[in-house]
This record gives sequence, structure tokens and C-alpha cells, in this order.
Amino acid sequence: MLRFIARRVLLMIPTLFVISALVYFIIDLPPGDCVTSQIDELLARGDADAHRRAEELRELYGLNMPLWQRYLDWVGGIFRWDFGLSCQDTVPVADLIGERLTLTIIMETSTIAFIWIVSFLIGTYAATHQYRLGDYVASFIGFIGLAIPNFLLALVLLYVGKVYFGLSIGGLMDPEYIDKPLSWGKALSVMQHLIIPVIVIGMSGTAGMIRRLRANLLDELQKQYVVTGRAKGLPPMKLLVKYPLRHSLNPFVADIGGLLPDVISGSVIVSVVLSLPTTGPMLLGALKTQDVNLAATFLLFVATLTVIGMLISDLALAALDPRIRFGATSEK
Amino acid sequence: MTDTAPNDKSRRTPHFVSQEPWDPYVADRLTKEQERYYMAGQWKLMWWRFRRHRPAVVSAVFLALMYLSTLVSEWIAPYDLHTRNSRYIFAAPQSVHLFHEGKFMGPFVYGLKMERDPATLQRIYSPDTSQPQPLRFFCLGERYEFWGLIEGRFHFVCPAEDGTFFLLGTDRLGRDMFSRIVYAARISLTIGLIGITLSFALALILGGLAGYYGGWVDSVVQRITEIIKSFPHLPLWLALSAALPVTWSPLLVYFGITLILALLDWPGLGRAVRSKLLSLREEDYAAAAQMMGAKPARIIGRHLLPGFMSHLIASATLSIPSMILAETALSFLGLGLRPPITSWGVLLNEATDINVVAVNWWLMLPVVPVILVILAYQFMGDGMRDAADPYA
Repeated sequence: MLRFIARRVLLMIPTLFVISALVYFIIDLPPGDCVTSQIDELLARGDADAHRRAEELRELYGLNMPLWQRYLDWVGGIFRWDFGLSCQDTVPVADLIGERLTLTIIMETSTIAFIWIVSFLIGTYAATHQYRLGDYVASFIGFIGLAIPNFLLALVLLYVGKVYFGLSIGGLMDPEYIDKPLSWGKALSVMQHLIIPVIVIGMSGTAGMIRRLRANLLDELQKQYVVTGRAKGLPPMKLLVKYPLRHSLNPFVADIGGLLPDVISGSVIVSVVLSLPTTGPMLLGALKTQDVNLAATFLLFVATLTVIGMLISDLALAALDPRIRFGATSEK
Repeated sequence: MTDTAPNDKSRRTPHFVSQEPWDPYVADRLTKEQERYYMAGQWKLMWWRFRRHRPAVVSAVFLALMYLSTLVSEWIAPYDLHTRNSRYIFAAPQSVHLFHEGKFMGPFVYGLKMERDPATLQRIYSPDTSQPQPLRFFCLGERYEFWGLIEGRFHFVCPAEDGTFFLLGTDRLGRDMFSRIVYAARISLTIGLIGITLSFALALILGGLAGYYGGWVDSVVQRITEIIKSFPHLPLWLALSAALPVTWSPLLVYFGITLILALLDWPGLGRAVRSKLLSLREEDYAAAAQMMGAKPARIIGRHLLPGFMSHLIASATLSIPSMILAETALSFLGLGLRPPITSWGVLLNEATDINVVAVNWWLMLPVVPVILVILAYQFMGDGMRDAADPYA
């Protein structure tokens, strides 16, 4: 087991390095840099000093250095929690992203938790009540969840909330808590504001999970041992929980790998639509202004989150399923 | 009661031997129906199986109509993509009526009266019920260039002379939303097809190499797919499309975006190709072909691929909607296609400001075709997947 963990962790490191390099180069790819747009503005206003100013800024941000050197500086800084300067208003990236990263992690973990709990309950119910009303309702909800793209759902909810209920759904906390230290009131306010984004982001994941759990459980419920157990007079609840349910839990854990990238993608776009103070809107802004350090930091963060999530899912799966722990490859 | 007793000899059936000639193979011979079924080719069987899936057939018809409409967008749209009606900015949708003051007069719309709200200076449009404007059908209207080549004026529907016909309202420049949605279908629908073609080709080549050769080629391709699959697509898409140079022409950006979509989409298909090839290349017929000196390209293309092509097509169909959605999302965020190339996502980009949308709800309407097309692809893909293995 230890060797398994060690190997997985060691594999993570080169993966993250490859991703960080790729991301940094891609963002830097288009011609021009983040100073260009700022200087164009100055030039348009007829500022005579614009060119000198541009040189100063380039010097400050190190844009005169070759790309590989800037990349190495940036990567080297990461280990000291120093991500270089953001081009926008000359602030260290580390100061800009702190709270956003925390809120993003909170939002994504709650979404995963939401997906699990809801799909577990609904999926089990649908499988044990096959072809009843509840099953049809669950399937229908699942289908809608799969079909409606989450950012459009967010847009529609935003509209409905605004026009019919007169409330703005955007934001992740009440205005009075912004830039305030953490308190119970703030935490509560964040929780309230999280509900809608979590549902919107989790919708499609939940729908997929329900379908899979239902199918798995239905397969399992038809097996002979279940019939035997029932014939021997085992109470239905005990029969369900003791064997078939445990068996069909496996994909639940295994699927985090597929679920996590989706949830993160969803959270980026949904938080842009709902203008949540998470990484999404800032990443978009940074990409548009070619703020390389900021954008690359966000992307690396997202990648790290995914890779760690995958690691956890693999470990949990290994703990849960002896076939994987002992090296036999499972058919997927 | 005694006459039903089992031992009652008088009620037994008499001994009987048929004199008819008897064919001992009667059980093996096929009826006409059966023969048709057993002799049918693989694709025919799939077609029959597909036809049984009602929602899939309906969706296929719907999609076919949508794609046909993109061929003649110019005829369907009453206005051009870029026509600005500066007198009608943010005009509300005009509904089509049939009866004017109790009299039937065919489809017509009421003209629009514009007033400004004295407090907010907001434009308020109300139908002017005094002057009905009958719609014209199969008519000559606004000038356009058919596919940018031939000039024409023919439309299916035109507004009355000096009248207006904004079925779904207008946007901030007074452009007709309905016409724009019709034109945007051209881009939104083709981007999925072109994207999937590219992704399909990539999957066949890379998955094929990995699956057929195995060894280090396989491990390299496997690592790449793992990295791509494990990375959230949207942020990467954003980064890649932000990397498209601003100097590119909109058309070039269109192809750039399709390429980007395909670059991140192929691993799913590629994996399927690889795992199928890995198992199929061990089959005797593959070994036989190899011994006869067939080249790898021929073995893969001629002997192995046809065995699971139907599965591939089905799963490719199922990933078209995600491509359409990705393009919509990118353009919605302002990093995708750029005007004058217009897709549904570009139209939705106008709906990002909720305060504008709250007043002009029709700006959200491009959501409807997006959802319908995605649903249709989902159903059709499901049907195709079920039909892909007709022997099951």
C-alpha cells in the first residue's frame, strides 16, 4: 500500500511540471504582452511619456527577459508562495488570489459533496422503486440536468431571480462581509450564497451519477444472492445496505476522476455568469489581458486541485477494493 | 363426470398417419421474413434497430431539418445578419396575428410605436393596433449575397413594404434576433461537425498507432491522453483560445477554435480505438493478414476498423453536443468566435449583463435552439449506440 501511494505521489510531480510549462507557454503565445494594451491606452490619450513608461513597466515585470527565464523565475517562486507580480495593478499575485482560492476550494468540495449525497439518495430510491412514479421523476430530472448546460441554467436562474423575485443571486456573501475577517456571520452568509451555484454546477454531475448508480444497483439487485437473502427473510433494508449497495458504491469513488474536471470546468464558467469571487472571473480577466503570471498561477492551481482529487480517489478506491490494492487491474 | 375420465377409451383420438409428403428440414427453412432478416447486411440491421427507437428518429429528423435550414439561411431569415434598424433598438418581439378587429385577414403584425419612459429614458414599444402590416410570403425583400456569392432578394417571409417584422425582437443595434439566430445556426451547427471530424481523425491515427504497435508508442499516447483527460477542459480551452492572435481574420479564428476543441476531445475516442485494436489484433484473421504480408495501414484500415466502426460513430455522435456547448461557452465568455462570424454563443454574449436582459428578455432566446439541438443529439446518439451492435 505504501509503495502504491509513493508511486502515485511521485507520478504527480512530473505531470504538474509538464502542465505548468505548457500553460505558461500557451498564455505567452500571442504577440504582444500585458503592457501593450495599457500603453495603447496611454498613447491614445496623447501621453508623450508612453514609450518610456512602457520600458519601465517591462523592466518591472521582467518582460524583457526571455520566456524560459521568466518561466523558471515563476516556477522557482512557487515554492516560496511567491507567484510574481500581476500585471494588472502591480500587486503580487499571491495577495490577489488568497481568498479566491479558499472560496473556490470550498465551493468545489461542497459541489462534490452535494453530487454524492443527492445522487446516492435519489439513485438508490430510483433503483429500489423501478418503474414507479419516483423513478420516472428521478430519470426525468436526471435527463434535464444532463441536457441543460450549466451556464445557461445559471443565466436563466439569474434572470428568474432578478425579474420574479427581485433578488440578485450573484456574489458569494452579503456585501457587508466583503474584505472582513472570518466570522460566524460571514461563514453563514457564504453558506447561503453557495446553495445556488452548488446546485447549478452539480446538476449534470448528479444526473450522470444517478443514472450510473441506478443501473449498477439494478444489475446487482437481480443477482441470486439477493433473491436468496430475500427468501431467507432478511429485512429489506438490511439486505439492501449490507450487500448490493456496497457493491455498487465502487463506481462512486472511481468516478471522482471523471467528475472533478467537469466540476472545475463548470465552476469556472458558472462563477463568471454569477460573478462569484472565485478563481473563474479573475482567470478570464487575466487571460484577456495576457497577465501571464496571474493566469498561469490559476491554471496551475486548478491542475493541482484536479491531480490531488484524482490521487484521493485512487487511494480511496484502493482502500475500498482489495482487487485494486493487490495489483489486479480492474476492467473499466 | 365419468365421460371425462382419462381411461375412457371411446374419447381417445384415433390413430392417424398423415399421407402428406414430409420435409424433414422444415424447421431449418426460413420464412420470407426470416430470410430477409438473416440475409440483411450489418448496416441494414442497424438501420432497422435504429428505426425502432422513436425519440432518436424524431431527433434525427429535427436535426436534419436544422442542417437543411443552414443551407438556405438567407431565404428563411427576413433580414440580413447585420442589418441595423436604428429606429428600432431593443424592440420587443412582434407577435403574428390572424384577425384584425374581428375580421380574418391572414398573418399580419402590428407596427411598433416607440415611446420613452420619461423617468428612465427607457424605450417602450407598444403595438400600434390601428395599422396592421400583412406579412408577405415567397417574396422579394432585403438584398443579400447567397453564401456570399450570388446576389438575391428572395425570402420565404418578408415584412410589409415600409413595415417591420421582428418575430423575436431586436438587439442593441436594432438587428433582428430571429434572423440572427437563423444565421448563427450555420456556425454553431457546423462547428460541431468539423470539430468531431478532426477529433475523429486524431483518435483514429493516435489510438490506432497506440493500439496496434503497443510498447512505447502506446505508453506515450496513454500518458498524453491521461494528462488531457484529467485536466479540466474549460480553463484550458480558455487559455488556448486566448492564445489565438488578435490579428487573425474571423474565419481563421473559426478554424482555430474547431482545432482547439478537437485537440482536447480526441482522447475519449482514442481510448476506445486503442482498447478495441489491442484485443482485435490478437484475433486469428489479423495474424493471417500479417503473415500474408499486409502492411499495418491495410490491416488496421481494412480488417480491424470496420469491426467497430459503428461503435465509434455512435460515440462520436454523442460527443458532438459537448463540442457545440464548448463553442457556445467560449463565445459567451468572449474568448471564442468574433463578430462578424456569429454563433449562438456570440449572440448570448450580448446577454451577459443581467440588467439588460432583465428588461429585454428576448436576448436570452438563443438558449432555446442550443438546448433543443443538444437534446436532439443526445437522443439520436443514444439510439445510434443501441443500434451500433445489432446482433446483441
